[in-house]
Amino acid sequence: MAEEKSRPLPKGGPGNRGGGRPAEKPVNMGKTVMRVLSYMKSFKIFLVLVVFFIVMSALAGVIGTAFLKKITDDYLEPMVKFKDRSLIGPFKETLIYMGIVYLCGAISTYLYQRIMMKVSTSTLCKIRVELFEKMESLPIRFFDTHTHGEIMSRYTNDVDALREMLSNAFANFISQGITIVSIFIMMCVYSWQLTLIVIAMLFVILRVTGFIAGRSGKFFMRQQKAIGEINGYIEEMIEGTRVVKVFCHEDEANEEFSVLNENLCHVATNANTFANILGPVSNNLNYILYAIIAIAGGLLANNGTLTVGTIIAFLTYTRNFSMPIAHITQQFNSVLTALAGAERIFSIIDEEPEQDEGYVTLVPAIRNEKGELCEATERTGLWAWKHPHQSTGEITYTQVRGQVEFDDVYFGYVPEKTVLNGITLYAKPGQKIAFVGSTGAGKTTITNLINRFYDVPDGKIRYDGININKIKKSDLRRSMSMVLQDTHLFTGTVMDNIRFGKLDATEEEIIAAAKLANADSFIKHLPHGYNTMLTGDGGNLSQGQRQLLAIARAAVADPPVLILDEATSSIDTRTEALIEKGMDSLMEGRTVFVIAHRLSTVRNSNAIMVLEYGKIIERGDHDELIAQKGKYYQLYTGMFELS
Amino acid sequence: MFRKLLPSIGKYKIYAILTPIMMMGEVAMEIFIPSIMATIIDDGIKGGKGVGYIAKMGLIMAVMSAVSLIFGTLGAYFGSKASMGFAKNLRGRLFTKIQDFSFANVDKFSTASLVTRLTNDITNTQMAFMMLIRMAFRAPVMLVGAVIMAVRVKPDLSTIFLISVPFLALALVLIMTKAHPRFRSMLDKYDRMNADVQENLIGIRAVKAFVREDYEKEEFRKSAEGVRKAQVFAEKLIILNGPIMQLTMYGTILAILWFGGNMVIDRTFEIGNLSAFITYATQILSSLMMVSMLLMMFVISRASIGRIVEVLDEEIDIKDDEAEDFEVIDGTVEFKDVTFGYNKTAEEPVLKNVNLKINSGETIGIIGGTGSAKTTLVSMISRLYDVDGGEVLVGGRNVKDYKLEKLRDKVAVVLQKNVLFSGTIRDNLKWGDAEATDEEIVEACKAAQAHDFIMSFPDQYETDLGQGGVNVSGGQKQRLCIARALLKKPKIVILDDSTSAVDTATDAAIRKAFREKLDDTTTIIIAQRITSVMDSDRIVVLEDGKIDGVGTHDELMKNNEIYREVYLSQQKGSEL
Repeated sequence: MAEEKSRPLPKGGPGNRGGGRPAEKPVNMGKTVMRVLSYMKSFKIFLVLVVFFIVMSALAGVIGTAFLKKITDDYLEPMVKFKDRSLIGPFKETLIYMGIVYLCGAISTYLYQRIMMKVSTSTLCKIRVELFEKMESLPIRFFDTHTHGEIMSRYTNDVDALREMLSNAFANFISQGITIVSIFIMMCVYSWQLTLIVIAMLFVILRVTGFIAGRSGKFFMRQQKAIGEINGYIEEMIEGTRVVKVFCHEDEANEEFSVLNENLCHVATNANTFANILGPVSNNLNYILYAIIAIAGGLLANNGTLTVGTIIAFLTYTRNFSMPIAHITQQFNSVLTALAGAERIFSIIDEEPEQDEGYVTLVPAIRNEKGELCEATERTGLWAWKHPHQSTGEITYTQVRGQVEFDDVYFGYVPEKTVLNGITLYAKPGQKIAFVGSTGAGKTTITNLINRFYDVPDGKIRYDGININKIKKSDLRRSMSMVLQDTHLFTGTVMDNIRFGKLDATEEEIIAAAKLANADSFIKHLPHGYNTMLTGDGGNLSQGQRQLLAIARAAVADPPVLILDEATSSIDTRTEALIEKGMDSLMEGRTVFVIAHRLSTVRNSNAIMVLEYGKIIERGDHDELIAQKGKYYQLYTGMFELS
Repeated sequence: MFRKLLPSIGKYKIYAILTPIMMMGEVAMEIFIPSIMATIIDDGIKGGKGVGYIAKMGLIMAVMSAVSLIFGTLGAYFGSKASMGFAKNLRGRLFTKIQDFSFANVDKFSTASLVTRLTNDITNTQMAFMMLIRMAFRAPVMLVGAVIMAVRVKPDLSTIFLISVPFLALALVLIMTKAHPRFRSMLDKYDRMNADVQENLIGIRAVKAFVREDYEKEEFRKSAEGVRKAQVFAEKLIILNGPIMQLTMYGTILAILWFGGNMVIDRTFEIGNLSAFITYATQILSSLMMVSMLLMMFVISRASIGRIVEVLDEEIDIKDDEAEDFEVIDGTVEFKDVTFGYNKTAEEPVLKNVNLKINSGETIGIIGGTGSAKTTLVSMISRLYDVDGGEVLVGGRNVKDYKLEKLRDKVAVVLQKNVLFSGTIRDNLKWGDAEATDEEIVEACKAAQAHDFIMSFPDQYETDLGQGGVNVSGGQKQRLCIARALLKKPKIVILDDSTSAVDTATDAAIRKAFREKLDDTTTIIIAQRITSVMDSDRIVVLEDGKIDGVGTHDELMKNNEIYREVYLSQQKGSEL
């Protein structure tokens, strides 16, 4: 699995800019940009302010340079020429104006960055939350078809790229765009002849940098692929490192790794070379442009077309021209990457969520004096299905009892391969139904259908006589607890993890549940008892201890239906015997579905279904099945065949 | 800490040295070019030396920028070559080091964190290294060079820098030192948020089954909001950098214009030099900014470097340097007063004075409750961990006397938490023996009861397993793992609860095949199910790290309380 797969340092802080990004192409750029912008809708005013301050800050720079021309042409030159200090007053005045403009510029810079930071962090937060909320509402099928690493990288790589774009590229694009345009206008004003030269050279510069950026992008794509390959290999070999060692496979692993590593090194060198060349190339082409302008300017000054001050200012503008252009070419890649990432994020947000057209809800119930079920205002221990009939508009209440029917159910995770072939079963309230069969026979699939992790056509599965597709999913699931083969623990205390299924459970309830599951004794031995923090999926607990916690979890939730999917497989039989009493009282009065390999676990079930290739081939209680001398008998006596 | 990484530069040393030289060459040109620009303005345009002079100077400038371009391009090339090569070597070193790790070493770090170190931490370090060789020389050289040029052009005007440079430096240092802890706390929050997502991904079924979505959403909203706040808190400071830089820069330019302008009026200074001077001011202040960014970058990457060095420095606790080239002659195993604990500081060891002799070819079952140290006991045999006290003998020799490879080749362990790798079934089986023939493979698979289901796949032995063997079920995976171990043709096979997901009948068939085909191989079976071990030659009952009883099924039924209890708990009601 892709534990912690991508944990990049978020690009924040300084020093992380540059063209070092793969040039992935977003599919529909315009649409994606609009969509990203739509997240900032509530910040419209702020955005207007941001643009305003960016314009201010960019203009301050351009105007400052214009003052430079004024100072040389109007004050310094004449004063030098006539050797007097008569213009010293206006000179000083101009400097003060210039200072004010600059000050406004610096303040504007601060303000737009500050506001932009607020907008971008809030936008990211919004996108993250929306992404997460969507993820929580996606059907299990989605998680079957997407790896954890893949989904994780939406949160890390893609959101990070977006963050980079929002906090840097967005403002820079506007600011540099404005700088370029205003410098260009100033250039035109000063000298159209020189501007023509600039345009011609600009064309060359763009062609050259465009070419380099393109090459770099191509190699970055290859680098990305190579990184993907090597990271996949690392993940696999490190996760399986114990097996590698047991099989003395270290040398082979090293060899295979070094092939991938060499390849990565090769493409990464190319990618970075081109990215790093971009800076010096545009910089030096600009120097050449400077030289050409100087020569042309000299010619024009000679015939008196231009003043010295104009040329100096023009040259300064030429200097300032290259930076924003280089920046924009460099950031173009990062914007493309960010947009491609945004598209991937949106594609998850656009996924079809778990369908739930259920309208039958679970309500606490109470019997009125006539013995009819009524809705109660608080927990009564008695539950009812509230069923508003769409045709007549009347509301009926059905007691939740835990009766489950399957009527000729066919199901497959993928259309080509059916896993269940015509399952029919009937579980009476309070019965213990066991499923037995080899791996892949479809035992777990049945339980996945009961709680609607996957959907089957209408009317095939009924719960207390109600078509389960009519029951609101959350209420359906609340009415049953699952104890799965793999127990997943969440960061939090042991107490929190048991409380999992019933958020308002009291401490007493939790301890009682833990005692029931026989987990109390080991929990007490943990460093902080019930308040011990569990981290990293409860890595410090053994498989068996985790299962005990899972059983306690189910006990706290106190539902009418219980599904135990290999719930005790990692608990040794002695401990299992110890918790058996607890399990028995947990199961009492509930409909229980049990899946187990260990036949001793299922022996006392009311009905045992033997599954093979998605079909129930035998059913009955233990004695009946033994008497039938069929598959169950074989499996069961298989235990003794060797003794 | 940084020095530990240096050996990884290896043969890329020449590039790592050339890069800063190239960068300095580029800088030198960048420093000289403004003075040419000044001459063009002062002597050419203003001084009226004519277009010819300007053209000459322009040409010199073009040549200089061409030279600068060459330096820059080479710098880019050498820099990438050096840093990517460095990253490659470092990555390789780290990977190889982990291959040498013992189980205890791996336990210490956890595999997930090792993966992070090999991927993200390396990337961060590589970025820092590239910055180091490309920028760490460039920026200071630029700073010094521009100062020298400025002083040469006009020493008295350069005193302005005595004010503006310390001012900016101080401001930047203040911001950085204040921002650093804030960034750290932001990164922590960020990590925790991602851990939340990861947990929800892994446990999505639990979340849905217990209808926890709303609760989890609320929790995530909180942690995302926490990240946002921490981010604002940290960046609030960082964004001061820009405006402060601008203020200093603009202030300096104004001062240069005023004082410089007066000098121009007094004819002690030229206008062209004035604008060159402004260019130097820009260079000086922006390289100062660059230095501060570099420092920040290093601070951020230091955590990554630290994590890498931690792995490189890890003492490998199982070594076979002094071992001789012995072969394992037979499958006898003997535990002599073995004591072992995972946590050396814990009061109570996990294994306590275990004594046990297993004969070659014997089948031994091990039974015991959760946490009774069954897995720990067998881990000692192939030296996955080293004993703390006593000794373990295999083939009559202390396990420490064998080369690890010789030992582990003859002791095949089928781990409880086993993995298959991406590739075909055949590829995976060949882990056991790279030269295995088709017949041998089929034979091993038949013994492990895997042949039939393999043949039921359309691609049979060429079926692609996908990463982590996702394309086969749990029971099938276990059987493939057993077959893989058998292909090693070991003297000792250890099955650590390796058939837990296999149904009873298949389990029995596997044991039958073992008995028939591997009668001279010592077989050690750890199981939960008593039926899996009851036909063994001898059964060891472990309780709390000690041997509670050894004997055949019948003997233990007679005289071992625990064994009887386990048996009854599993068989209850079966005699109906």
